[in-house]
Amino acid sequence: MIRTHALTKRFGPVLAVDRVDLDVREGDVYGFLGANGSGKTTTVRMLLGLVLATSGTVEVLGEPMPRAGRTVLPQVGTLVEGPAAYGHLTGRANLALLDAAGGRSGRRDRARRVAEALELVGMDVAADRRVRGYSLGMRQRLGLAAALLQRPRLLVLDEPTNGLDPQGIREMRELLLRLNAEGTTIFLSSHLLAEVEQLCSRVGVLDRGRLVVQDDLATLRAPTGRTVVRTPDAAAAVTLLDGRVEHRDGQRLVVRAQDPADLNATLVEAGIRVHELGPERHGLEQVVLAATTGHPGESREPA
Amino acid sequence: MIAVELRKLLRRPRTWWTIALLNALPTLVAVLLAITDVGPQPGEGPAFLSAVLTDGTLFPLAALAIVLPLFMPVAVALYAGEAVAGEAQTGTLRYLLVRPVGRTRVLVAKLVGIMAFVLLAVAVVAAVAYVVGLLVLGGREDTAATVTAISGSTLTTSEVVQRTLLAVLYVALSMLGVAALALFLSTVSDSSLAAAFGALAFLVASTVLLTLDAAQALHPYLPTRYWLAFVDLFRDPILWRDLVRGVALQGVYVLVFLGAAWANFGTKDITS
Repeated sequence: MIRTHALTKRFGPVLAVDRVDLDVREGDVYGFLGANGSGKTTTVRMLLGLVLATSGTVEVLGEPMPRAGRTVLPQVGTLVEGPAAYGHLTGRANLALLDAAGGRSGRRDRARRVAEALELVGMDVAADRRVRGYSLGMRQRLGLAAALLQRPRLLVLDEPTNGLDPQGIREMRELLLRLNAEGTTIFLSSHLLAEVEQLCSRVGVLDRGRLVVQDDLATLRAPTGRTVVRTPDAAAAVTLLDGRVEHRDGQRLVVRAQDPADLNATLVEAGIRVHELGPERHGLEQVVLAATTGHPGESREPA
Repeated sequence: MIAVELRKLLRRPRTWWTIALLNALPTLVAVLLAITDVGPQPGEGPAFLSAVLTDGTLFPLAALAIVLPLFMPVAVALYAGEAVAGEAQTGTLRYLLVRPVGRTRVLVAKLVGIMAFVLLAVAVVAAVAYVVGLLVLGGREDTAATVTAISGSTLTTSEVVQRTLLAVLYVALSMLGVAALALFLSTVSDSSLAAAFGALAFLVASTVLLTLDAAQALHPYLPTRYWLAFVDLFRDPILWRDLVRGVALQGVYVLVFLGAAWANFGTKDITS
């Protein structure tokens, strides 16, 4: 659905995006991670033809961007760097104007389309109030409604849960998963690891303009071949396992053992009590930290 | 997109506030004239103002002459300066572009929107001035359906109406140069105020140079040079020379600055 090749953007002397090869497949919920200023938004803008690449190519829905924008963009819903709407108009009027601006969609069922999009994001109640009085969360929902207006095949969302309360975040997550189940591919950029971990099937990590990781979340979080044991008899366990314990931290042991069940049997036979035992998995946070052995505070992109 | 732009124009409170303010000064002038009955001497003050004491129906022309040199350009520059930069500031520009609306179409729709605003403003000023003139200054004192043209002969009512409409059109056209310049600056800067002030600075410079004899060679190319030429419509016969030059000059400004706006905006990185 999205494929970039050696995508590069230079703002004057600043290299904001450096030879990025993105590969987002149909049906993915793709989490695009990166610290603030790592080039996420610039990349997203290049995908949409808002910012023109210095070099490299972008393909969206199999067609080159920005050249094929006229045919590609109507099938893409976007939320880029926060929602935007005219404050003196109501949410509904804003959507109607945006729908009319596209030109391709018919006038006849505009009202229905707008109402459906508003209902999807749970904004049908506040739709007839002026946007000026909206909270950040309501603006965010309105922005998402705008993105859903044309029933897109691909959703490109930049920080979609910004400003939402926990309840709103859960609703957003459920909505996105439902849309994904109905066949919408979702490209979601975020700096919230937990959000991506709960939502995404594939992950790309951007670090100071470079794509340092791109893989299925399941692969990244695959068991590491080690088992974590918590036992009150830690000393006895260390003696028993002799040499297989890689790390000891009070009652917590990290043991080189492919199969936790075998390890458990060994420990129990030796009369060692076990509180907790399970395969070690890297959290996304560890994966990202390992990949971005970076120097925090060094931002190379203008805000 | 053009229809959308017009809907935005009409539904915006600011449009109507601006137009209301544009009407305030001529109305104040009319009231003062009616109270004091002291008009400027013929040939002094804004054009037509000396004539309106005897004929309130001429007041629309006086009103346009009052508003044209300063207030209209300010309103137009502010409106046009906001056209692209304002959308960039609110963030709606990026959503328009990914709808997608082509960048050229955005520019054309904006220019049409600005023209509609100018026409609307000029027409409302003329209409309000007509009503105000009639109410405050009274109708024509002699009932004969004639008006004395500036050059001394008389014009029939239908001639006056026709020529007033032409004058309204001419004033609107005169604003296009400022509009195109402000629109261009609006694509360069993300600040609407910077764009508006840039355009106004250009106008001020033009006005200053017009009073300077040493700048004689530049005069025919200054955007404000032919602004008040609509007065020539009320000569008999109409003196077309300056009117035609005025329209042609505005046309050149529109072409140059719209071309510059297009060249700049067409390949610009939208980072707002």
